[in-house]
Amino acid sequence: MLLSELKNGTSAVVCEVEDAHGADAIARRLRELGFVNGEPVRVVARGPLGGDPLLVQIGYTRFALRKSEAARVRLITGDAA
Amino acid sequence: MNAAVGSLRIALVGNPNCGKTALFNRLTGSHQKVANYAGVTVERKEGRFIAPSGRVLQLLDLPGAYSLDAASPDEAITRDICAGRYPGEVVPDLIVCVADATNLRLHLRFVLELKALGRPMVLALNMMDAARKRGICIDVCALEQALGIAVVETIAVQRGGAAALIEHLDAMVPVAITPGATGPAGTDLHAQVRALLAAAVTMPRATSAIDDTIDRIVLNRAGGLAILAIVMFLIFQAVFSWATPLQDAIGAGIAALGTQVGSLLESMPSLHSLVTDGVFAGLGTVLQFLPQILILFLFILMLEESGYLPRAAFLLDRVMFAAGLTGRSFIPLLSSFACAIPGIMATRSIADPRDRLTTILVAPLMTCSARLPVYTLLIAAFIPRRTVLGVFNLQGIVLFTLYFAGVASALAVAYVIKRLRSDKSEHALIMELPSYRLPNPRDIAIGVWDRAKIFLRRVGGIILALTVLLWFLSSFPAPPAGAILPPIDYSFAGHIGTWMAHVFAPIGFNWQICIALVPGLAAREVAVSSLATVYAMSAAGNAGTMQLGATIATQWSLATALSLLAWYVFAPQCMSTLAVIRRETNSWRNVWIAAGYLFGLAYLASLLTYQIARALT
Repeated sequence: MLLSELKNGTSAVVCEVEDAHGADAIARRLRELGFVNGEPVRVVARGPLGGDPLLVQIGYTRFALRKSEAARVRLITGDAA
Repeated sequence: MNAAVGSLRIALVGNPNCGKTALFNRLTGSHQKVANYAGVTVERKEGRFIAPSGRVLQLLDLPGAYSLDAASPDEAITRDICAGRYPGEVVPDLIVCVADATNLRLHLRFVLELKALGRPMVLALNMMDAARKRGICIDVCALEQALGIAVVETIAVQRGGAAALIEHLDAMVPVAITPGATGPAGTDLHAQVRALLAAAVTMPRATSAIDDTIDRIVLNRAGGLAILAIVMFLIFQAVFSWATPLQDAIGAGIAALGTQVGSLLESMPSLHSLVTDGVFAGLGTVLQFLPQILILFLFILMLEESGYLPRAAFLLDRVMFAAGLTGRSFIPLLSSFACAIPGIMATRSIADPRDRLTTILVAPLMTCSARLPVYTLLIAAFIPRRTVLGVFNLQGIVLFTLYFAGVASALAVAYVIKRLRSDKSEHALIMELPSYRLPNPRDIAIGVWDRAKIFLRRVGGIILALTVLLWFLSSFPAPPAGAILPPIDYSFAGHIGTWMAHVFAPIGFNWQICIALVPGLAAREVAVSSLATVYAMSAAGNAGTMQLGATIATQWSLATALSLLAWYVFAPQCMSTLAVIRRETNSWRNVWIAAGYLFGLAYLASLLTYQIARALT
């Protein structure tokens, strides 16, 4: 499952961030911000129009990510945290 | 203590939202200098203070960065200065890395990355007050040991909150540190951060309960946009109701001063005219913008400091993105309804250069307050006071249409820019929503003062120079003896106006309008008084405007009036806006692009309006 598909208010654990293309700066930045294997994430809120962007809690920080950005984050499926 | 006497160059580094600028303000107070880094439009803030021992500490406040693997021009500057390879900048003796004590998981990663540079470094754990309030316990000794660098607690927003840091800097001799064990950025750093947190930090809960509650309300899917609309409405009410009396007072004061000074120069008519019609009239125009700009910046800074600004960007990102902008463009564009100058200056909060440029290019399309005198004059003179469909006022509908045309065309232009540009790569939103905090009056005051200085010094100088140039064009050559027409007819501006009339005939402008457009380049509302002058009316205040309305109502066709309204929706009749685009983008090319497309759209819109209106009437 992808982070962009995660329901509002639910938590999950990051598996990895996938590059959308070679040398994907956005994927690199997401990894730097803490979207790495084993890290719990939660979708806190969604934008009022089309549910975009997503407000994601990771660690002690909240980031607004567009759907296309959140779609780079693959989650560990099955037993969510 | 002898070793500590030499002055110390310190670079303040940290993640965005770590309270770095507040700490910089706390340390340096008013002793700071705001400029740009050479060749780029990234703000460079430098300051100094003298420690108790007499040691001079020079601080450079580097742009906030999440990583040394730079993703924006700001981050690249931080990277290069920290690494000591930014041309023209002295290598700092010491890096003071600022980290938010409530957000250590994110901030410690950057600390580790900086540490890997091996330069002398101190960690300032900022916002310790908020951390204690939330029950976060940090074992500073354990952290110092694990990191191998000195760690000092600070509370930047509190008087004396930096005392421990000052004491430390006063006594220290910078020594290079042992870089961390691991190499490049990535997962290894995250593992180290986890180990550090496990060893030194206890965190009762991941978020602040207050943040959760406020976010549930202001980011609510149903109510969030309504709250945003109310906040913006109140701000605009305040900007216009507070600024107007101040503007009137400044205008009257400058005019009185101009008359006083002018009376001393009565014997030299040409110098007299330069001083009163050129310098003082120009100065009045410049300074009258100031109250609006300052009040607007006061609110923008309060929204920014409180943490609400990124929330507004979050709520609106979807709409703005569809048009080729970003959620962050919202506040600059909204500010442009008061005046495009603070709007364009506010685009500094957009880190992405491409998004920033698009925002700057469309900002002049927002209906600024200087268009209102022109709109009200023409609407009052040509649009009948009639009720439409029982409730709507026809004049009000026309005014609303003009505002709406501005917004719609801005979105359309942004969309066209998006389609035309060669760089079609995806640019990230990835925006941190920081914790809410009460704005600190001192930081707000310093921020507003910085903006005021930039406006007065840079923009003021250019506006003044252009006003004097326009005065020259309108005054020379002097009319011949026995001239019957107003003097402006014989001047360069008059010749230009007559020549322009050929170009503007297809859109219905007569030569009087064309002449008024020339000095009207200084500021939009100047066109009204210029028209009054051209029509040989006494242009003193409202009486002149009223008579002007009656005159043009009889002399112009409806098509001409509508055409002029359409012209003012688009035309960049404002040198100050172009000057600030030059300053904020550091490029004349962007000024030509902005002026070119705006004049082009203005001509096209006026042509359509005039020809259609003429066919129908």
